[in-house]
Amino acid sequence: MTTITVDEVHDLDVLVIGAGGAGIRAAIAAKSEGASTGLVCKSLFGKAHTVMAEGGIAASMGNVYPEDNWRVHFRDTMRGGKMLNNWRMAQLHAQEAPDRVRELEEWGALFDRTPDGRILQRDFGGHRYARLAHVGDRTGLELIRTLQNKATSLDVRVFMECTILRLLTDANRVVGALGYWRESGKFVVFRAKATVLATGGVGKAYKITSNSWEYTGDGHSLALWAGADLIDMEFLQFHPTGMVWPPSVRGLLVTEGVRGDGGVLKNSDGKRFMFDYVPEMFRAETADTEEEADRWYTDKVGARRTPDLLPRDEVARAINSEIKAGRGSPHGGVFLDIASRRDPEYIKRRLPSMYHQFKQLAGVDITTEPMEVGPTCHYMMGGVRVDPDTGASSLPGLFAAGEVAGGMHGSNRLGGNSLSDLVVFGRRAGLGAAAAAAAMSDMPSIDPAQVDSLAREALSVFDRSGGTNPYEVHRKLQECMQSLVGIVRTGDELEEAQGRLEEIQREASVASVEGHLQYNPGWHLAMDLRSMTTVARCIAMAALVRKESRGGHTRDDYPQPDPELGKVNMVVRYNDGELTVTPEPLPVMPDDLAELFKS
Amino acid sequence: MADVTMRVWRGTEDGGSFQEYQVHAEDGEVVLDLVHRLQATQANDLAVRWNCKAGKCGSCSAEINGMPKLMCMTRMNTLDVSQPITIAPMRTFPIIRDLVTDVSFNYEMAKQVPAFTPRAREADGTYRMDQKDVDRAQEFHKCIECFLCQNVCHVIRDHEENKGRYAGPRLFVRYAELEMHPLDTNDRRQLLRKRMGLGMCNITKCCTEVCPEEIHITDNAIIPLKERVVDASYDPLVWLGRKIARRIRPSGAPPAQAPGRAQTESAAG
Ligand SMILES: Cc1cc2nc3c(=O)[nH]c(=O)nc-3n(C[C@H](O)[C@H](O)[C@H](O)COP(=O)(O)OP(=O)(O)OC[C@H]3O[C@@H](n4cnc5c(N)ncnc54)[C@H](O)[C@@H]3O)c2cc1C
Ligand code: SF4
Ligand code: SF4
Ligand code: FES
Repeated sequence: MTTITVDEVHDLDVLVIGAGGAGIRAAIAAKSEGASTGLVCKSLFGKAHTVMAEGGIAASMGNVYPEDNWRVHFRDTMRGGKMLNNWRMAQLHAQEAPDRVRELEEWGALFDRTPDGRILQRDFGGHRYARLAHVGDRTGLELIRTLQNKATSLDVRVFMECTILRLLTDANRVVGALGYWRESGKFVVFRAKATVLATGGVGKAYKITSNSWEYTGDGHSLALWAGADLIDMEFLQFHPTGMVWPPSVRGLLVTEGVRGDGGVLKNSDGKRFMFDYVPEMFRAETADTEEEADRWYTDKVGARRTPDLLPRDEVARAINSEIKAGRGSPHGGVFLDIASRRDPEYIKRRLPSMYHQFKQLAGVDITTEPMEVGPTCHYMMGGVRVDPDTGASSLPGLFAAGEVAGGMHGSNRLGGNSLSDLVVFGRRAGLGAAAAAAAMSDMPSIDPAQVDSLAREALSVFDRSGGTNPYEVHRKLQECMQSLVGIVRTGDELEEAQGRLEEIQREASVASVEGHLQYNPGWHLAMDLRSMTTVARCIAMAALVRKESRGGHTRDDYPQPDPELGKVNMVVRYNDGELTVTPEPLPVMPDDLAELFKS
Repeated sequence: MADVTMRVWRGTEDGGSFQEYQVHAEDGEVVLDLVHRLQATQANDLAVRWNCKAGKCGSCSAEINGMPKLMCMTRMNTLDVSQPITIAPMRTFPIIRDLVTDVSFNYEMAKQVPAFTPRAREADGTYRMDQKDVDRAQEFHKCIECFLCQNVCHVIRDHEENKGRYAGPRLFVRYAELEMHPLDTNDRRQLLRKRMGLGMCNITKCCTEVCPEEIHITDNAIIPLKERVVDASYDPLVWLGRKIARRIRPSGAPPAQAPGRAQTESAAG
């Protein structure tokens, strides 16, 4: 057998894997520090998931409510995450988000304005004050394009349509990565002093999802396989409002901005059912009559917030219960009504892309009729365990930021807190990586045998004939995760899922692919399945161990939160081919911050 | 819905042809759904780009029955399915494989755009901008970089040799966005005239017609740019005056310069 050698090798101080908001912001930071920086992404530059974000970016600038400040934002974030968040991340996030938003503006982003010309902020679930800076309902596009233009002007090297298969390691340190060009199928090696993962989430393991094909959990798996710790993998956010009809768009996101701008949820009896689902923890600050809830939109001080804007886990569970109780809409969702509450001009101005999306894809005019919506798999709270200040993972040479990193959002993320997370921690990870690279005098060395065996393994799907069809394996995986590891889980089903997932993982490992290496989606999917099945197993395993209900993790057999489990993260590790889950204590919040939760 | 006949272009830069498939279609589906079904069942290696499936990322551009469109936003019920549906890659860009083309030209041209350069902040650390001024540039920020406008623009569609000296409608939108940005201070007009080939556009409006974001590429971006470039060749002070006027204009006043066609015809060519 001849050894596979890879001719194309790029030497970099900092390698950033992923060009969404987090990755680009990290690359900008590293490049600005003088590090030679490369940015790798699976799609074209500017098409990452971040482009789809709609509602806005959370930052306590206090432009609409001067009462707002970072402490209030911090408190909302921790409570939304059911106190499982890494307190230091939540603190840094709340403190730095306003500066990051102003920085975006300085780089050319044009946010909607207040009457006196400052950045306008809108209401979103779980946020005490109107806090989301936004551009209509296409904030993600504004964010990614601004960062893209900035990175382009700094001459950051971009390697687009290039997929990273594995991280390369040397003596327990990450020294770069092996990837392939999607276009040609040729391998490429990146040798780097420091590597930042910013690969986003995992939603493609589910059938009903708001996520794109890129969300195959690559970064989570790359980190795990290389030996880094993952935390909180049991916490997956199901967004309460995805489209349900027609089937072709099932799962597509309907922004929370609809409710922030006055839309309400109703069941088939026309009842605003959210009033029946206010949990104890939020009762004191939630309206208990429709009159008060409606008044709150304009009077944040004299009225309490509408239950339609409870944190997402609460709303998703409520919708799930209404549908199960037979009070759903014709296509198996519930109604989201803004048509009867706001005038058409307002709706079109505030929610242009929602208007467009429903009109074009469902034939529904949201200014005159209600939408049908239901929960959709949306966001992975869990991910690579990082040092809050630098984004460093537990493995030397490896950093992570954005959706692939864990800890910031605890068991449930508040809307708008992701885009801010991307720029706050993308920047920090970029700085952390640049500092780590600067501390190294020489380029690390790459082991050719490691490259050879990884490349050989990736090509094995072409040698095999009569193996499994990757599309079919993917479908099975989605069925399994949707039905057994979905919004509401039970011990029995999770046990069953373990077995099935191992079987699916085995099937994925013997996929065969026709055609050749050049731009071959069958092969790409076969590669993605390795990470998707790995992440799926992590979710199911951690979910089985967490015998309580909290945030994005609901157990029918353990419906209440367990205070003891509220003090631990589930840590997933990969050793000698085996996955393990270990509960480990959360970092303890200092007293001055803990004070904020006493009232 | 019954089965649909799809004629999909398969091949590489070395050549290829349309291949015919029978694909099952369901109610409410879009063209991309059928392409995916085809890929999953009959043509595992069919190359196609897509991401959001919601008209937000601009990845899935193609020519459907000869019309440049996003596959994810083209509903099957808008097409005559009694006839075969033809799906071809964008013609203006070199083929990589099947429906995937090499759009790197656009990224190369983007690298040449002189960066956004904001003026100083107000004393209180903010930037104050009027929503009305912001609206104008926000129209251009809606661009999802689908490159359909670039694909139809005859200046490069029919003339490969123009690619090095013509930015194309997408990039004109980008220049307009900067030119009309309430905070920007950079002057890119000579560059537009001399190096980006603004004069080669003869306002056929084909670009505007295909823009899925309904950006008025010609009326709101290209024509005002042409006017400003004319100003630049005559009198730098007029331009400067306009930039300043725009900033300090009190809210409610009409735009300093309404987009119009008056001078433009003479500016073309
Ligand atoms: C429809 C929708 C609406 C949303 N709205 C909001 C909102 O209003 N506010 C908010 O705060 N959040 C919102 N979110 C969540 C938020 O958009 C995402 O969590 C966030 O954009 C993730 O950013 P990221 O930088 O971590 O990753 P992404 O933007 O997803 O980027 C991931 C990058 O990694 C690359 N990549 C992945 N794997 C590999 C690999 N193996 N090799 C090379 N590259 C790889 C991808 O190509 C991509 O470039 C929304 C999400 C969705 C789906
Ligand atoms: S109007 Fe100008 S840019 Fe647009 S298609 Fe015609 S020539 Fe090209
Ligand atoms: S201007 Fe319109 S057609 Fe051109 S790239 Fe942007 S969105 Fe596409
Ligand atoms: S897939 Fe994003 S625009 Fe079509």
